[in-house]
Amino acid sequence: MLHKQKRLKVKYLNSKGKMIKKYSRYLPYFLIAVMLIWHSVLYAQQMRYPRPEFETQYTYPEYQYNYQRAPYWEYLDVAVLIAALSITSWLVIKKRSRQGIMWVSVFSLAYFGFYRQGCICAVGSIQNVSLALFNSDYSIPLSALLFFLIPLIFALFSGRVFCAGVCPLGAIQELTGFKKVKVNPKLEAVLGAIPYVYLGLAVLYSAVGSQFIICRYDPFVGIFRLGGPYTIIIFGALLLITGIYINRPYCRYLCPYGVLQGFFSRFSWKHLTITPAECRNCRLCEPSCPYGVILPSDNLKNTEVTEIGRKMKLIYGALILMMGLSLAYFFYNTAPLLARMDKRVSLAREIRLEKEKGIKAVSEAAQAFNESARTEEELFEEEVAVINRFRAGAPWVGLFLGLSLGIRFYRRIIRHPRTEYEPDRGRCVSCGKCFEYCPVKIKTE
Amino acid sequence: MEKRENNIKSRREFFRKAGRITLAVPLLSIPALLAKKAYSEVYVWQIDPYKCTACGLCKTSCVLTPSAVKCTNAYEMCGYCDFCPGFLRQGARAYDTGAENQLCPVGAIKRKFVEEPYFEYTIDEELCDACGKCVQACSDFGNGSLHLQIMHGLCVNCNQCRIARVCPSDAIKRVPADVPYMSKDLNKSITRKGAAQTKKTES
Repeated sequence: MLHKQKRLKVKYLNSKGKMIKKYSRYLPYFLIAVMLIWHSVLYAQQMRYPRPEFETQYTYPEYQYNYQRAPYWEYLDVAVLIAALSITSWLVIKKRSRQGIMWVSVFSLAYFGFYRQGCICAVGSIQNVSLALFNSDYSIPLSALLFFLIPLIFALFSGRVFCAGVCPLGAIQELTGFKKVKVNPKLEAVLGAIPYVYLGLAVLYSAVGSQFIICRYDPFVGIFRLGGPYTIIIFGALLLITGIYINRPYCRYLCPYGVLQGFFSRFSWKHLTITPAECRNCRLCEPSCPYGVILPSDNLKNTEVTEIGRKMKLIYGALILMMGLSLAYFFYNTAPLLARMDKRVSLAREIRLEKEKGIKAVSEAAQAFNESARTEEELFEEEVAVINRFRAGAPWVGLFLGLSLGIRFYRRIIRHPRTEYEPDRGRCVSCGKCFEYCPVKIKTE
Repeated sequence: MEKRENNIKSRREFFRKAGRITLAVPLLSIPALLAKKAYSEVYVWQIDPYKCTACGLCKTSCVLTPSAVKCTNAYEMCGYCDFCPGFLRQGARAYDTGAENQLCPVGAIKRKFVEEPYFEYTIDEELCDACGKCVQACSDFGNGSLHLQIMHGLCVNCNQCRIARVCPSDAIKRVPADVPYMSKDLNKSITRKGAAQTKKTES
């Protein structure tokens, strides 16, 4: 009995073993089939329902897609820019017509401002250029490059004519500046340092590929587009209201492109002059400038011109250099702090807080990250890469700020004696308000 | 001693001239550096529908109100369902097309009977405000044919797109203006040449 059972068992085992052996060669095929079916399940997660087979003569509706204006319109913008700059140069230097400049301002405000809706503009193009210079994968639109270069080339020839009447941001402030209140020169000097910081940060943020802060905080774009976030529109309105009394507040205390324009205008070939012929030192033009950029002559007032010796000059030079280096060091250390404004870094910080301290990440970006297939390691690696880019760029911004602000300070101390009233070429926006104050007239044919 | 004509009147003028030359050099080197990279082609912003999570930020972040982003339906992907999850609200009380049962808060989805059992769904772009509710529902429960696209008739093509800056899934990128749409409809490549007419063919 027992023997029989044993035999049966053996027989059974044998047959089972054969069964496995028989079918085991199909196993790879089976696995592949499962894999493929499962893949199609993944694929079909969205295509859940089959495409209908219509029996009637149904055709799919046409798409309602519409298109941007054709590319050649961009070149019309560049042509208009060149024409407006040429006309303004002629009006500022040859014709000396304040009224003409006002009309160009009206045109620029209408065309670049309200028709082109404040985009593209030379102020924002700084960021396109710096992004293109430091990132190999970004290719710059030709129109943005030209909008950056052409006004600077004109500044090298005839001063800040772009600011005078072509820039829509300048034009809207020029046309709303009714009164003129003079600002204390010391306060003006302090506030006038802000654009340097703004320029440095804008170049840094765009060079590391983080964001375009000039466009983000452009105060007038909301007005040009007649809509937008209310915070920015209120900011623009506040600037315009301030601008009624303290003219062109954005240009003087914020505009980063104005800094570059100032650099180039300082060395310009020709520039606006207050008097068409020879200055008689009559002092009549003194109150005319709302920006306080008319440098007084030393002929009348016996102002003491402080002579600075060679030794002092060396000391000042060393101080400026030290300021540059210390600011470079300061910016190197604040780079991680600056990087927090970056989208990728702030997301990584949020995710890390959730992981380590259990503070729930609630932002839209965190939710999208959790839904995506990216791992936390990838995110943290990217964060480190971004911070390193900031660390590489920030010291240069610090050096630039230290040197340029130091030189600004130095220029306030030293003073060359002048025999005429003349505009400060770096800060004068060539608005032409001083023309009519000058009693010297030349005969025009 | 040779007699030299002194053109330079003063030291200041000399410095001005020197500065002009030193500034002109970097200014002219910028286009030389970027010459290879500058393109004359125009690029525009567009949403990659496969990355988009329909979070709803397109509605609130665009500089335009209402947003330049609109919902579109990829018809060749659409199931033409009778019960469309993008059209009807989940847990609607009644199975009809009353406003209270529709998912779209502005009633921008239009439903039209084609044949038994199919219904055509089109988007009224005048009404759509890119909230993305129907897009989310369609990709969660339907075929995923509803998707958001930036409409280039409306978009002002900002230098830095505000939606691209806040987009949590980095779905917004620059595309050539000749191929400005990234439709989910795989059978259609939409280029400027085949510019769409708004004409609709009746069933």
